[in-house]
This record gives sequence, structure tokens and C-alpha cells, in this order.
Amino acid sequence: MSLATTEATAATPPVSRGRRWAARPGEAVAFGLVAIFLIAFLVVPVLTVITVAFQDRATGGFTLAHVGDFLSNDLFMRSFWNSLYVSLMSVVVASLIALPLAYFTTRFEFRGAVLVQTLGVLPLIMPPFAGAVAMGLLFGRSGSVNLLLGDYFDINIPFMEGLNGVIFVQSVHYFPFILLNLSASLRNIDRSMEEAAQNLGSHGFRLFRRIVLPLAMPGYVAGASLVFIKVFDDLATPLLLNVREMLAPQAYLRITSVGLEDPIGYVISVVLILFSVLSLWVSSLALRGRDYATVQRGGGGLARRRLPRGQAVAAYALILTILALVLAPHLGLFLLSIATIWSFAPLPDGYTLAHYTRVFAESSGYITNTLIYAGLAGLLDVVIGTAIAYLVLRTRMAGARWLDYLAMSALAVPGLVLGIGYLRTYFGVTLPGGTSLAAFWGIIVLALAVRRLPYALRACTAALQQISSSLEEAAENLGARRLRVVRRIVLPLMAGGIAAGFVTSFATAAVELSATLMLVQSNADAPLAYGLYVFMQSPAGRGAGAALGIIAVVIVGLSTLVSHLVTARGGKESA
Amino acid sequence: MSDILAREPAGIRVEGVDLSYGATRVLRDVNLEIRPGEFFAFLGPSGCGKTTLLRLIAGFNTAQRGRVLVGGTDISNLPPWKRDVGMVFQSYALWPHMTVRRNVAFGLEERRVARAEIAGRVDAALALVGLEGMGDRRPSQLSGGQQQRVALARTVAVRPKVLLLDEPLSNLDARLRVQVRRELREMQQRLRLTTIFVTHDQEEANTVCDRIAVMNEGVVQQVGTPMELYDHPANLFVASFLGTANIMPGKVLRDGAASAFEIDGGTRIPLPPGLDVPAGARLMFRPQDVALLPLGAEAPGRRLLEGEVTHREFLGASIRYGVRVAGAEVLVDAPHTGGEGHLAVGGRAALALDAARVKLLAG
Repeated sequence: MSLATTEATAATPPVSRGRRWAARPGEAVAFGLVAIFLIAFLVVPVLTVITVAFQDRATGGFTLAHVGDFLSNDLFMRSFWNSLYVSLMSVVVASLIALPLAYFTTRFEFRGAVLVQTLGVLPLIMPPFAGAVAMGLLFGRSGSVNLLLGDYFDINIPFMEGLNGVIFVQSVHYFPFILLNLSASLRNIDRSMEEAAQNLGSHGFRLFRRIVLPLAMPGYVAGASLVFIKVFDDLATPLLLNVREMLAPQAYLRITSVGLEDPIGYVISVVLILFSVLSLWVSSLALRGRDYATVQRGGGGLARRRLPRGQAVAAYALILTILALVLAPHLGLFLLSIATIWSFAPLPDGYTLAHYTRVFAESSGYITNTLIYAGLAGLLDVVIGTAIAYLVLRTRMAGARWLDYLAMSALAVPGLVLGIGYLRTYFGVTLPGGTSLAAFWGIIVLALAVRRLPYALRACTAALQQISSSLEEAAENLGARRLRVVRRIVLPLMAGGIAAGFVTSFATAAVELSATLMLVQSNADAPLAYGLYVFMQSPAGRGAGAALGIIAVVIVGLSTLVSHLVTARGGKESA
Repeated sequence: MSDILAREPAGIRVEGVDLSYGATRVLRDVNLEIRPGEFFAFLGPSGCGKTTLLRLIAGFNTAQRGRVLVGGTDISNLPPWKRDVGMVFQSYALWPHMTVRRNVAFGLEERRVARAEIAGRVDAALALVGLEGMGDRRPSQLSGGQQQRVALARTVAVRPKVLLLDEPLSNLDARLRVQVRRELREMQQRLRLTTIFVTHDQEEANTVCDRIAVMNEGVVQQVGTPMELYDHPANLFVASFLGTANIMPGKVLRDGAASAFEIDGGTRIPLPPGLDVPAGARLMFRPQDVALLPLGAEAPGRRLLEGEVTHREFLGASIRYGVRVAGAEVLVDAPHTGGEGHLAVGGRAALALDAARVKLLAG
């Protein structure tokens, strides 16, 4: 009885500052475990990478010599400028794809707007490198499009030559980030914003330029910086397209060919982190203090206008072209997975299911591994995410907020860098049984969990935020102890959000390759994305690789669908 | 200073307007004549079509039938940006990415006004609403009242032919509301600007407007000065929407030239000769048109109705009693002069009704 009383008082939300350390033992343990996990598998590996970049190998003291080597080496500088160029151009091309889709579907009465928005997000559920080979077959020098163009117009467009290929594949894959953010911004503009301008004499393009565009800008910048960072950090796509003169491939090649001791890989990692932080900072700058979500009472987004007939036809033609373009990798991959032979022809010579049989017969280990790794990583993420969300929102424990920041900072750590950090930090740590921790398959799970933690954390936090603390107080008032309140009230109410967080982590972890590529030590431990990568490197393996890619798309697609259903049901419950 | 913002006032004519959204008829045969320089209100409950009518004048809606004239010119087919009618939005619709000054200058820039004149007119508009020196702030740094002033300044800066105000006081707190409505009236008088004020609050409409159009279910019920509407409501809706009304069901009995209204339950009220009696009429009187007397008191020349006092509200200047009479509850206002005795809840009392002040109205 007396215990219940003290617990109830301690849990009253406005905990005074003086008592903030008076946390209950359970919370302190949760805090400690999460902190240890984040420090061991995020902070230490990243700090190790940064240290090695600035450490003299002989003396262990501080040095800028490695940075000097990097700056004075033509190959590395070329790689740096190539990375920058490819990332910026990808933003430009992705914007060209996303702008019309976002603009037409949010601002006009547009039949099939929902379909366009849904199809527009589809590319995200496919690993970008999976589409790379298919894109080569469709848009390459002797790909379907150029063969047809050659036949009819006698021209050949170098879509896929060198850096162009990377830019093309990346923008087709990542433009949904811009589409989603920009559409959300456009939808959040209250129609009275536009009407007030019309009322004062403005219309047409001037109205768009002076009112709509500036108001949608924060969303656009947020999406664009996300595209930039993803492309800048990506390892697998350039490697698969055989483009080596970019930063991430260079780091990978140095570490894997020269060795873990070579400092240049670490210097490149620091550059990658630097640019990631920079673009996240730009994005937060764009959003901070400029919360232009202006929908007001009685508002409801911009008024949708009807397009005149001629313009409507043109708009549909434009959007269908864009959709055909962005869905091409999916189609190409599918064709490749059922093709007997496909080269120097617009379409495959014949069709077969042999690739799927082969994949299931020889390489079902990839699929099982993926399900296990991504499943464990997702589980780990929601457990940690729920713990952090609870500590931040319900206990006001000093430092809980820092756990949140720390977990979110994983967004700024490229997968490649995390992989290098794990190798360097844990290579010397041996497990009972003699294998190195860095060679143990569990390390892949940890890397995936750390990389996807931010998504799960946000989902869990949002879910907990929606639960009024009075629901918990009511349970306490009726005599439930803290732990029972969590188990009987909080967790059931959070279930929808937690499930959504799990699926997001699972789906994105299932197609992760950057960290995985560094950490996979044997083929038996490899997940699907790695297997796909291995298959795609030989022309003979392409059909099977494509089949594996289609399986990945199906896994991710199904989990996205499940997450939609779960969140839709959760939304209904809370409403 | 505000002279450069004044212009010759224009009148507004709305002729035979019908407007529907799909099967819903939002406006039905609306006809209005608003005089130049008049402060006019559209008053009605939410969903009555008042905002739709305002947006129609601004060009944000299209009517299926009818037309709108401003200053004698038909503007029905003009897009919003060519109409030159200034509208202040309920949400103010200030652009968050522009400073106060840029917001106010926007309309002038769109009209390609010379730079020097823009500066002068922006200053004049800001001075008019008492926001000198606030030009460099962002809308988000202003209070709700200040934001509204910016919205107003932004609209009058372009010297519109008419000014449309959509529920301008609804987002302000009660104390500010009284102050702002006076200022609106003062500004309107100074600029002699034809103004339409949309509101659901009869007190707002009564205090600032010259004339009011009372609307319900897309139909203009009555147009008149606040006093005309209160004293001579055209129907039961207007009677109960403006002020408090007692409405008694019953039927009209005729006996040769004389007629009377029999309230359900038996009491008869003789009607003055020549009173217009619409079909299905009910008896309407205001709470202050009845006197409440102790049982057995004399009231020569007035009809007495007996009932039980069911509740009592002290309103300061008066006491409002609820009295149950023949199944209906009648509200009665008795002046309060201090120290006087009052009737107790649960007691019986008589209502003395002045037959000259009752009205027969249909729904």
C-alpha cells in the first residue's frame, strides 16, 4: 500500500526539477541499457572512424597528413567532385520529375491523383541498385530505348554512360522524397493564402512565384536535402554501374583492397559524415521557424482548379511519361527476371521461370537471412524506440532527451561509415568460440538496427504522444502500479504505432546494402541485398539477380501494405 | 493622411442569384441593393449562405443564375483579380514569408503602382490601423488583433471599390471585439467605403451596421436597419434571431370585424383591428413587453395569463423569469431597480400582456 502511494506521487507528470533523478529502478535500467547500446554501436564506431582519420599511425598523435594525402590526390579529388556533381544533378533531375507530379496532383482537379501519388512513391520500395541493371537494359547504349531510337531516328542518348547512369538511376529512385515533402507542403497551404493574393490583383504565374512557391519551399528543401544526402552516401548503385570514381566506392575499395589500416578510407568517411550533417542542417534550417503549415479553421488546402481541355491533355501526357520513366526499373527488372536471353533487343527473346526456381533452390539462404536480420533489427528498433519515447515523454529523466538526439543522429551516419566503424572497432573483439565479433552475423543485425532506429523512434514517439497522460493517471488512480500501467494501458494503445515503426524498420533494413556490404564476411551469412549484388555482377547471374530483386520488392511492398493497413486501423481507433 | 486611401464609394447590386453545390442549394434568388458608402451586414446562423454570398461578390464562387454589379458594372464574369473588391479573410490570410510591409505592399505591386506611391500608401494604411513602426515584423510576431489590422491595411491600401469583411471579429477575444468593431466603424466612416460585414452575431451587426440582411437557408429573410428588424420582424426566424422572442402556438379566431388569437390552452388575446394575419401564424412578443405581477394583482386593459415561475436569472439591469404558461415557457424581463422584492421560483404569478405589442408571425 505504501509503495503504491509513493509510486503514484512520483509519477505525477510535472516532476519538479529537484526530483528528476528520483527515477524508478526500471526506468534507470532501461535508460542504462539504451545508452550502452547507442554508445557501443553508434558513438564509439563513428568516433573511431573520425579518430583514425586524424591519427598518426606510428605515434598515435594528431595529424592532418591523411587529410593532406586526400586533398593532394587527383583520384580522390576527382571522386569528391564527381560525388558532389552526381548528388546535385540527382537533386535537379529528381526535382524535374517530382515537381510536375506534386503540382498537378495537389492543385488541380485531377483524375487519378491518388494513383499518381501512390505510383510516385513506388520506387522507394525497391533497392536502387536492383533497378540499376534493369535500367541499363532499358536505357543503356544498346538498351531497348536506344535501339528503338536508333531504328527510327538514328540517335543514341547516353542516359547510362558513366556518371549519367548514376544520376539517372538515383533520381528515378529517390525523387519520391521530394514528391512527398513538396506535396505535403502544397497541401498545407490554406486556400485563403492564394485567394487573398487574387483578391489583391495577383494571378497566374506571378501568384505561383510570389505566394505558392515560397510557402512550399521548406518542404521542397527538406526533400531535396534528403535526396542529396542519400545519393552522396550511396555505395551500391555506383558500384553496380561500375562507376568507381566517387567517394563512397573509393572508401569501400580502399578498405577492402588496401586494408583496414589504410587511413584514406577513414578520411573519406569523415567527408561523408560532414556532408550528411551539412545537408541535415540545411534541411532543419529550412523547416525551423518557418513552419508554414498555414491551414486554418475552415480551410482545406489550396483550391483545386479545373484544367482547360488542351492543358489537361498536355498535363496527362507529361505525367504519364514521367510515370513510365520512374516505373521503368520495376518493369525492366520484372522482364529480366523472366527472360531467357535479353541483349541487343528491345524485349527479351523468350520467357521462363527458371530464374525463380534457381533462386529458391540455390539461394533461399539469402531470403531467410534477410527475414531474420531485418526482423531482428526491426524488433530491436521498436524496443529501443519505445523505451526512448517513454523516457522522454513520460519521465522527464535528465538525459532522456539526449538519448533521443543520439538515436536520431544515426540519420547523419552513412551506412558505409557505420560498417567501417564496426570493422575497425570490433575486429579485435573475439566471441567465445574464436570468431571475431566483426565477422559474426549478429553485427549485421546491429548495424541495420542502428541505421533504421530513427524511423522506428519517430513512429513510437508519435504513437505515445497521442496517448493522453490522463489515461495513465486514471489507471494509477484506480490502483495500478507503474509497470502494470505501462503493460495494460500504454503498450496496447501504442500497438499501432509500434507496428508501423517495426514495418518501416523491417522494410528499409531488408534492402540496405551500404553497411551490409562492409560487414558480410561469408556468403552463408549474406542477406538478399548482398546476394542480389553478387548475382548482378556477372551477366549469367542477372536473371537470378532480377528474380531476387523482384522478391525483395514483393517483401518490401507487402510490408508497406501491412503498415498502411495497421496505421489506417490505428487512426480509426484513436479517432 | 488617410485621404490618399479614400475614393468615390460604389454601390453593390445582387440580382436574382441562385447558387448550388451539386444538389445543395446554397443561395436562392438573392436580391440586394447596397448603397454607396453603406456599412451593410449579412447576418445569419452558420450554413445560411452568408459567406458564400460574400465569396460570390469577391469572385471565388460562381452563381448558376443572376449577377452582381459593383458601381453599376456587371462583374459576374470577371476573375477575382480584376474585380477590385477588397476582402479581409476570417483567418486574415497573412503571408508568413513576407514582412508586414511586404504584405501591405503586395496588392500595390501587383497593380504596378509607382514605387514612391507604394511607400506612401503603405505608410498611410499602416497609420490608419495604428501599426506605424511595425512594418518590419513578420505576421507570426504579431498578436491576433495586430494581425487583423495588417489584413485590413493590406486590403484598404489598394483602394478597393468595396470592402468585404468575413467574420472579422470571430478570432478575437471578447474585450478586443468591442474595441475593434468601433474602430472598424470609425475607419469605414472616414474612408466612406461601402462595406459588407459577415457575421453570425446579432450584437456585432446591430452595433456597427447601417443596414442588415438577415439570411437563413440561402434565402434573404429581411433587409432593414437594426431597429426595424427588431421592432418589425418579417417572420418568426428574424424575430428569434434578433433578440429574444416568446413564441406562442395557437390559432386565430374571427368574430365579424373583431379577431382574437387563442393560445393553445385557452387564453385569448384580442387582436387590434387591421392587423395583418399570415397563414399559420404564431403569437410573438418580447420579454420586456410583458409585466410580471403577483397573483391577484389588477392590470386594467391587459390580458392576464397565469403560470408558475420555473427559473430566475439576474442580469443586472433586469431579472429574467421563466414562467410556464399553458405548456409553453414564457420569458419575462422585469426591470431591477434595487432593493425591490422579487418573485420566488416555484411560486405562481400572472403575466400581463399588452395586446398592442404582440405580433402574429409565420415561420
